[in-house]
Amino acid sequence: MLGAARRQLGSGPMLGQVLRRLRPAAAARGYSAAAKEMTVRDALNSALDEEMSADPSVFLMGEEVGEYQGAYKISKGLLDKYGPDRVLDTPITEAGFTGIGVGAAYQGLRPIVEFMTFNFSMQAIDHIINSAAKSNYMSAGQISVPIVFRGPNGAAAGVGAQHSQCYAAWYAHVPGLKVLTPYSAEDARGLLKAAIRDPDPVIFLENELLYGESFPVSAEVLDSSFCLPIGKAKIEREGKDVTITAFSKMVGYALQAAEILSKEGISAEVINLRSIRPLDRAAINASVRKTNRLVTVEEGFPQHGIGAEICMSVVEESFEYLDAPVQRIAGADVPMPYAANLERMAVPQVEDIVRAAKRACYRAVPMAATA
Amino acid sequence: MAAASFTAAKFLAPVAARSGGDRAPFPAAGAAYARPRRGAQLTSLRPALAVSSDVLAGSKAAQAAAAHPGVTREEALELYEDMVLGRCFEDMCAQMYYRGKMFGFVHLYNGQEAVSTGFIKLLNQADCVVSTYRDHVHALSKGVPARSVMAELFGKATGCCRGQGGSMHMFSAPHNLLGGFAFIGEGIPVATGAAFAAKYRHEVLKQSGPNGLDVTLAFFGDGTCNNGQFFECLNMAQLWKLPIVFVVENNLWAIGMSHLRATSDPEIWKKGPAFGMPGVHVDGMDVLKVREVAKEAIERARRGEGPTLVECETYRFRGHSLADPDELRKPDEKSHYAARDPITALKRYIIEQNLATESELKSIEKKMDDLIEEAVEFADASPHPPRSQLLENVFADPKGFGIGPDGKYRCDDPMFTQGTAQV
Repeated sequence: MLGAARRQLGSGPMLGQVLRRLRPAAAARGYSAAAKEMTVRDALNSALDEEMSADPSVFLMGEEVGEYQGAYKISKGLLDKYGPDRVLDTPITEAGFTGIGVGAAYQGLRPIVEFMTFNFSMQAIDHIINSAAKSNYMSAGQISVPIVFRGPNGAAAGVGAQHSQCYAAWYAHVPGLKVLTPYSAEDARGLLKAAIRDPDPVIFLENELLYGESFPVSAEVLDSSFCLPIGKAKIEREGKDVTITAFSKMVGYALQAAEILSKEGISAEVINLRSIRPLDRAAINASVRKTNRLVTVEEGFPQHGIGAEICMSVVEESFEYLDAPVQRIAGADVPMPYAANLERMAVPQVEDIVRAAKRACYRAVPMAATA
Repeated sequence: MAAASFTAAKFLAPVAARSGGDRAPFPAAGAAYARPRRGAQLTSLRPALAVSSDVLAGSKAAQAAAAHPGVTREEALELYEDMVLGRCFEDMCAQMYYRGKMFGFVHLYNGQEAVSTGFIKLLNQADCVVSTYRDHVHALSKGVPARSVMAELFGKATGCCRGQGGSMHMFSAPHNLLGGFAFIGEGIPVATGAAFAAKYRHEVLKQSGPNGLDVTLAFFGDGTCNNGQFFECLNMAQLWKLPIVFVVENNLWAIGMSHLRATSDPEIWKKGPAFGMPGVHVDGMDVLKVREVAKEAIERARRGEGPTLVECETYRFRGHSLADPDELRKPDEKSHYAARDPITALKRYIIEQNLATESELKSIEKKMDDLIEEAVEFADASPHPPRSQLLENVFADPKGFGIGPDGKYRCDDPMFTQGTAQV
């Protein structure tokens, strides 16, 4: 279906007619060339499909990726299309099948290992770090590991402490890994394609709550050769008073906060990090040199988190430009509680980001009880 | 020690009941091991030291052929040379370590040469070997030059991994030596993945070799057989019929932990049939017996019939590593296995079968001595890695170091690898 749309792409009105046939529900909106919407789930699915189609050495393995169509339906339709040799349902053996993926990558195949959530990657973390991340170095470049580890990361809704941890800081700590955190459908498509094509081990941290969200995608994004560069952040919203960095789901919250702040006369610049390792320090510092104030936002635990690293980077490179201390917004320093109201308190909310931005601008409101 | 004797006594009951006594037990270690539990039916008190062959004496399970299989003169000399190479190399490592040329963790393979030689000499270049930290001799058997391994151990830039891996991390892509892993059990899934890749290449990518599937050998020890990854991979290898041979080098000790104290059922070969694959026990001190079993297991894998678990009863003559005082192993156990030295056994066989003369064998030994001396000289004379090497090879695509303050990729800066460590 997507193929048919692409073949008829040409001028704007033509595209509009094609899309109207495909997506009658969307016809009510006004059209521009970037009118097509896509969920993150479909973005990931299409990226997997296209990369598997382009390169026969790419294969997918994980729990429920085949017959179940993916625990979160990300790999829907892939088993039918590529067969059980390339879409492997594994037993519940994270350490074993992750190591198998690494061994296959040693021999030149390009595995995509899915973790049902990244919490389960802890059972395989020895392989991710010791036999994947370090191998190119230990072998002095003889053995590269072109593998992607992907799956949902961070808090979902009411899934409790063992299913809610954010692993961005853990994996970003390790040399030899690349760590990506898509937010929008465009990010999902472009970064996953880049990850699959990359010759190094990539940790691809998705977010379960974002899977169903729709984002507008341009024709360029839909093209099968679309790819985003690893290591470059995106300025989602330009501003001049305060920089807000975020990744994954928190980008959406930061954008909402920026909207609220703009009504109060504070123009916030929102940076979607997209890549945690390597971190786009250049973009972050350039923004801070412009705005002179910084708020870092992340969902994970605060100590030794992403915000700590960003703050240090700014202190190292742009200290004289800071007009206020860096504000850090992170999840509460507690294992994730189950009760809905407690869970809400344990994860950053839009109001927290707004308050932090105001503190950075010295328009202080008394700090709420932070854990 | 009381705990040890209780545990040992627990094992005596099944062991004694099964063994028919046709294999003479080696000398009793002393009362500490032989104390029976009240009520246990014991026909004889046997020290629970080397369990494999004693246990096997009465078992009905698959055993390697008792008689020696035939071997040609060329094959015998190849095996002899490879084992002598391994032994000389490891002895030299000990010398170099105590002279300070080698450092860190060094784990020597003396005594286990029959397993490495017996298996690896049957492989092609395209077949893969995955090992543990006790990997020097696996590297040598697979064809990595002795000077490259020695230079790697010295931490020199001419080492097989340019000094970046070290003793425990030997990699050689041209020889399909896929490591060298420090973590127990880590190599088993990696080996299973290499076997998976061989099958994938054949079935999905339609790249077939003339000999059948490329085979992977995973070498690991008795302690590893209690690790979860081992069982996960036995399951998946059999499930997907992967061309792999799981080679257990059961030397009865995991540092100072006796196999018997750590394992509920010490017969490791039995764990193969539990997952649907053949499990074989072989005398790992006899290179010809090992080779016979290896031949069959490797051919099975090549034909696509799936994995085999081979337990080799073997022994390391030295401690776990050069830092291990090796105080827990009894002297009579050591002398029992020293008498079964695989190299002297093969030498005796070659001479008795008139495959070569004593002087020919001596000249092989001299040749290997000279080779190792040359390797040491080469390693000594080689340069240390340059500063610029520190940041190399972290990534295959060094854009992974990200973008610098000037907005360009750091790796594009010509000064990048000068060891500034500003990443």
